[in-house]
Amino acid sequence: MKQHSLKANHRRDAIIGWAFITPQMAGFVFFVLLPLISVFLYSVQEKNLLFGTSVFNGLENFRLLFADPLFSKSLVNTLIFSAGVVPLNLIFSLLLALYLGGGKMGTRFVRGIIFLPVVTSGVAWAIVWKYLLQGGDAGPINWFLSLVGIEGPNWLFEKGWAMASVIINRVMKNLGMNVLIFMGAVLNMPGDVIEAAHIDGAKRFTLFFKIKLPLLMPTVMMVAIVTIIGSMRVFDTIKLMTDGGPEGSTMVMVYYIYHQAFRMFDTGFASALAVVLFLIVLVLTALQWFSRKRISFYES
Amino acid sequence: MNRKYLKQAPYALLVVLLTILFVYPFWWMVVNSLNSSAEIFGVPKLLPTSWAFSNYHDIFTVQPFARHYLNTLAVAFVGTAGNVLLAALAGYAFARMRFPLRNAAFLLLLTALMMPIEVTIIPLFFQMQRWGALDTLVPLMLLPIFGSQGAFSTFMLRQFYVTVPNELEEAARIDGLNPLGIFLKIMLPIAVPVLSSVAILAFIAVWNTYLEPLVFISSLENFTLPLSLTNFNDTYGLPQWHLQLAATTLSILPIMVVYLLFQQKVSDAMVNTGLK
Repeated sequence: MKQHSLKANHRRDAIIGWAFITPQMAGFVFFVLLPLISVFLYSVQEKNLLFGTSVFNGLENFRLLFADPLFSKSLVNTLIFSAGVVPLNLIFSLLLALYLGGGKMGTRFVRGIIFLPVVTSGVAWAIVWKYLLQGGDAGPINWFLSLVGIEGPNWLFEKGWAMASVIINRVMKNLGMNVLIFMGAVLNMPGDVIEAAHIDGAKRFTLFFKIKLPLLMPTVMMVAIVTIIGSMRVFDTIKLMTDGGPEGSTMVMVYYIYHQAFRMFDTGFASALAVVLFLIVLVLTALQWFSRKRISFYES
Repeated sequence: MNRKYLKQAPYALLVVLLTILFVYPFWWMVVNSLNSSAEIFGVPKLLPTSWAFSNYHDIFTVQPFARHYLNTLAVAFVGTAGNVLLAALAGYAFARMRFPLRNAAFLLLLTALMMPIEVTIIPLFFQMQRWGALDTLVPLMLLPIFGSQGAFSTFMLRQFYVTVPNELEEAARIDGLNPLGIFLKIMLPIAVPVLSSVAILAFIAVWNTYLEPLVFISSLENFTLPLSLTNFNDTYGLPQWHLQLAATTLSILPIMVVYLLFQQKVSDAMVNTGLK
């Protein structure tokens, strides 16, 4: 009798538990799991959005993809973008966090303003910067440069400068986030260790490279990976500021996916591109989990 | 005394430099949203030249900007409310209930945290087509409830509910409350600080979403603000700069207000997302 009621209780718990999580899990299935499985299925189909065709064609999309000069171009551009964004972001945010971490006057104010672009939409941020970077003497940036005798380029329409512009735009947009993360890490540094180094007469330079940086390294690693993943996914900045140009010099992977799927309607090919992006993000996420494991190892 | 000030000088310089870098773009935007198209470029102005408040009237006449604003509000409110409610339900169950496959389901859900929407956008497009939900606000409302934003909120709420002492639930059970009653009358109210954090984050994320409306929406009357902002062109397809800037200013206003009111809460919550 008792055992029966225990069993009934278990069953009741199971039903209630699942009733609570079912809405979320059902949404997960339809908006994450099935789409992910589908993108793998589409990637081995000849699938056209306009004609509504879907025919299995094996690895043809991937063969085309690796033979496609635009794909390698988009991959290289994405890597250039990351190679610009990640170091700039990390160096500036780390330096700012260390400099501001001392609780000086105005720290709150600075934290407040460098976080403004983080909450602003990428669209608004890109629109405003598109104006600021107007070429000739029309744009404010070039006007300021002309004050010091520099003739600014036509930022968004010259190869090289266009990539530099989107990189700087992106760094400024997300800098505040990493500054705040690093400030948290700086505050958590064991004060006695730094104090001891001070007493031993460590110079600022040594203190930073021998004591502070190693202490901050786990956070730096994690922020680096999150920033890399973020820059792999860049889209709105590119779409709105340069539209992939000039001459495809800022065409990145997500832009190419969008272009192939929704402008060329080649959704099969675009799905193969999306699979490649997924695998890149997957590897980076695995790295992130691995580095987080090491962080908790340090802590315990 | 003098030396003390001298030591402060580089710091003061840095503060001034950062202020210019990060505030000037916003300042420039507001100033020129009150200028005529011709006054925008050339020598940068610190204050509007013509104080053209009519720009803020005209943005509503050249395209259905009010409609776009309402669309965005609707999407953001429904998306945020759904996100928070379902995340609280699931987060509470994952933290405090015992049921089969609980941990497996939770781990599976966490994979959504790393899923870039850019990867799944093509299948989502076809799915919305099958459901007849293309060119409606429905996908824009549903996606933030689930996807990575939903998984993140669920994760945050689970972390919170794990720390709640058992006595609360036991007392409620003795008082004769059923599980739904316990959730609604006790567990939701005590989670308000966490709920508001995840709500603010979800709201900002939905408000700023660009790729999803770009892919799912095609008719002008269903635009949300990010699409609307990029659509200020005259009949010849030339951009109407002054109007675009006025519309952009209005579009970021709610987020700025939320941010300025709850600065600490917003930045703390976002930093948590960065650390997830």
